[in-house]
Amino acid sequence: MAKKPIKSASQRANVKKTLSVAVDPQVGFVRTEPAPLLPPPPSEGGFTGWLYKNIFASMSDFGSFGGATKSIFMGFVTLILSYFLVTQTLALLDFAIFSAVWSDPKGLEREACWTVEQGGALPAGWHAACWPFIQAKAKFIFYGAYPSDELWRVNLAYLVGSVMLAWVMIERLPYRKIVGALLLTAYPVFATVLLTGGAFGISTSTIGVYTILSLALITMGRLGKAGYVSGALGDLASVAGVCGWVVILFAAVLAVFSVDFSLEAIDTRDWGGLLITLVVAITGIVASLPLGILLALGRRSDMPVARFLSTVFIEFWRGVPLITVLFMASVMLPLFMPEGVNFDMLLRALIGVTLFSAAYMAEVVRGGLQAIDKGQYEGADAVGLSYWQSMRLIILPQALTHVIPGIVNTFIGLFKDTALVSIVGIFDLLGAAQSTLADAAWSTPVQGLTGYLVVAVIFFIFCFGMSRYSMFMERKLSRSRNR
Amino acid sequence: MRLEKLINDTKFRGLFFQVLLGLSLVLAGHWLFSNTIDNLTNQGKTLGFDFLSRTSGFQIIPTLGTWVLDYEVGRSTYLDVYFIGIINTAIVAFLGILAATVIGFVVGIMRLSENLILRTFATIYIEVVRNVPLLLQLFFWYFAVLRLLPGKREKIELFGGMAGLNITGLYLPAPVVGQYFYITIMAVLLAILLGFYLKKYASIRQADTGQILPVFWMVLGILIVVPSIAFYLTGSPLDWSFPEFKDTGPKLRRGYQDGFGMAVVPEMLAVLFALALYTAAFIAEIVRAGILAVNRGQTEAAFALGIRPNITLRLVIIPQAMRVIIPPLTSQYLNLTKNSSLAVAIAYPELVSVFAGTALNQVGKEIEMIFMMMMVYLTFSLLTAAFMNWFNSRVKLVER
Repeated sequence: MAKKPIKSASQRANVKKTLSVAVDPQVGFVRTEPAPLLPPPPSEGGFTGWLYKNIFASMSDFGSFGGATKSIFMGFVTLILSYFLVTQTLALLDFAIFSAVWSDPKGLEREACWTVEQGGALPAGWHAACWPFIQAKAKFIFYGAYPSDELWRVNLAYLVGSVMLAWVMIERLPYRKIVGALLLTAYPVFATVLLTGGAFGISTSTIGVYTILSLALITMGRLGKAGYVSGALGDLASVAGVCGWVVILFAAVLAVFSVDFSLEAIDTRDWGGLLITLVVAITGIVASLPLGILLALGRRSDMPVARFLSTVFIEFWRGVPLITVLFMASVMLPLFMPEGVNFDMLLRALIGVTLFSAAYMAEVVRGGLQAIDKGQYEGADAVGLSYWQSMRLIILPQALTHVIPGIVNTFIGLFKDTALVSIVGIFDLLGAAQSTLADAAWSTPVQGLTGYLVVAVIFFIFCFGMSRYSMFMERKLSRSRNR
Repeated sequence: MRLEKLINDTKFRGLFFQVLLGLSLVLAGHWLFSNTIDNLTNQGKTLGFDFLSRTSGFQIIPTLGTWVLDYEVGRSTYLDVYFIGIINTAIVAFLGILAATVIGFVVGIMRLSENLILRTFATIYIEVVRNVPLLLQLFFWYFAVLRLLPGKREKIELFGGMAGLNITGLYLPAPVVGQYFYITIMAVLLAILLGFYLKKYASIRQADTGQILPVFWMVLGILIVVPSIAFYLTGSPLDWSFPEFKDTGPKLRRGYQDGFGMAVVPEMLAVLFALALYTAAFIAEIVRAGILAVNRGQTEAAFALGIRPNITLRLVIIPQAMRVIIPPLTSQYLNLTKNSSLAVAIAYPELVSVFAGTALNQVGKEIEMIFMMMMVYLTFSLLTAAFMNWFNSRVKLVER
């Protein structure tokens, strides 16, 4: 029977044998067993195979004129690039490690990195890193003019921040959500007080007014919940309750800011170096995400006014370079404020950076919102969730996880862009390093390259780390999506 | 109860919140505006653009912009300064975009190469350049690399002495245009037009007869032959002024002489290097993603139809990859244009540096000048956005 399924290999072989014999009686030999396995050709396995596949495969076509031309060209390019890679790697290692001057025991300062021609002791033609210069300037490059006796405050802020961040990122630890919430709310307050010294001179009566207001609002919310007011007024009461909690948080922050912890007050003009870079980047990151989400929701809203305003805001900030924003913040912001109100330079830059990156964040989030299936919106509506409920519980969790890579990329861009604040006179990492280059006591021809190398490595570590983390998250999320 | 009905009416709620939003915005705007007016009157300033016709009082280093507008202190106005800034921004952006596109496409294709060396090189380049701030790269090129060039009285010869390089800049031969040169330019335009018609004709002919004309070679021929004929008929109206280097005579007069050839200031070179190499790394990633986005089945299907590999690349893969590549590519072009404003850090006289920097310090019209500066960038980005929309609607997949 033709349609009978053939079950095993031996049966199949039998069928074939009988068939072929039946077709052609002249066949003298029919293999009944599989041929013995041969080892793979040398171009496939082992080290030579790897070498062939990864390097020589692209230059081994000599079958035609075009193929030969291409092979020879590729051979040339490969040779030149390998030469370049090897020599440049060696040159970098030599510059940074092997030929570098590591210490300055005699306190010679710039003469420690001078060659014979310049009057020093190093051989002529020497060109490598001058690490004593960095050692001497390390405090300035990392902390700016922050008082040396108070550096423990910066270090403590770093330590607490990094421990909390690590806690949130390691998945095995308990209470990650609570730590994350504290990192976004309590930690900024803590760090602000620690770094500036707190005691902003907020009067007790202001805090009292806010506290009473919040208590009143919360009481209204409670009353609504308990059923004393019903219907539409009940809705209003619950909104008032939520507002009350926000106000009480605000009052608590003000209260903490007003307490005198007897820390020495340190003006932000004395901050500098890596400290400024991290403060600007982290503030920008923490503040731009919620603002960006609001703008993205506004741009996709049904209300024409909200949509128009969000679109104009986003397109305006995305259309101008960050430098012009910083110029505007430093030159025009004082004009916008009533007389007597004066922001310090750092705060102006922070406002500019936050608004700028919020616009970019909004576009990333909007991408995520658009990627969500329409059924999700309709499903949320069908269950009877309000707009904010459906956004908070259904749409945003999905949209945000969807665009984590985009969000992290915006963070990386923001982190790199912090370098621009040095143009409006704030000494961030790059600005501080650049200003140390003007110090005549360390004036050597290698000073610039050494300083830039340090700054580049620090930026690279942060940005590369963030991009790897985003790739890790992306892989993890795509695993959970494709389950 | 009517109030309850009204509050639960989503339409009314939406309207209510919108009015609230609009009102608060108007109030905030009014507050900012009145503050500004108060502050300005306190400082004894007025709003207005009459400063644009005043003559400027500062030097600008010689660049394309100062050459085009023939800048001279005491004669040129602040409006001239504004246009010099725009021209200098535009030339850096234009050259930077050209270079970044070429480097970016080469590196992006290298990143996908099966050759390990090429791949490694591309990966290292992309990762290093993308993770280091552009401003640092700009400083690196300007303060570290270009400072290594030989001094004012020495030079590095390029192209057999026709061009040269030292710390004062790059010296190139400059074209000296004769009276009838415009005829050659018109001939070039004519040749381009002819090329378009030829291409159109070739595709009609191919649709009718199935025969393929060697369009590329024919267009190339037209582009070379037609302008050359016009050029020689009008008596070769183009001369070159070569840079002149003196290494004899009084010591202070040695070096490149003014008035010969074309000098590119080192600031511009540093800005170009930094912008092109930085943006190229991003373009390389876009190109890689675009090529990977073309389904493998497309290549296989083309091969199955018997289409040769290079034609498959040209007619099947590249058009589909371009559809993915071009939108992010345009936004990178825009980024490059906006990033050219970093040149203010090394005092290349582009818009921010020359207009919102030096001129603003002299005139003190913050609001008007920053507004004018932002308008330029906003115009650039709106034009780009318009192009993107047009392009997207043109190449959008027509789904059946």
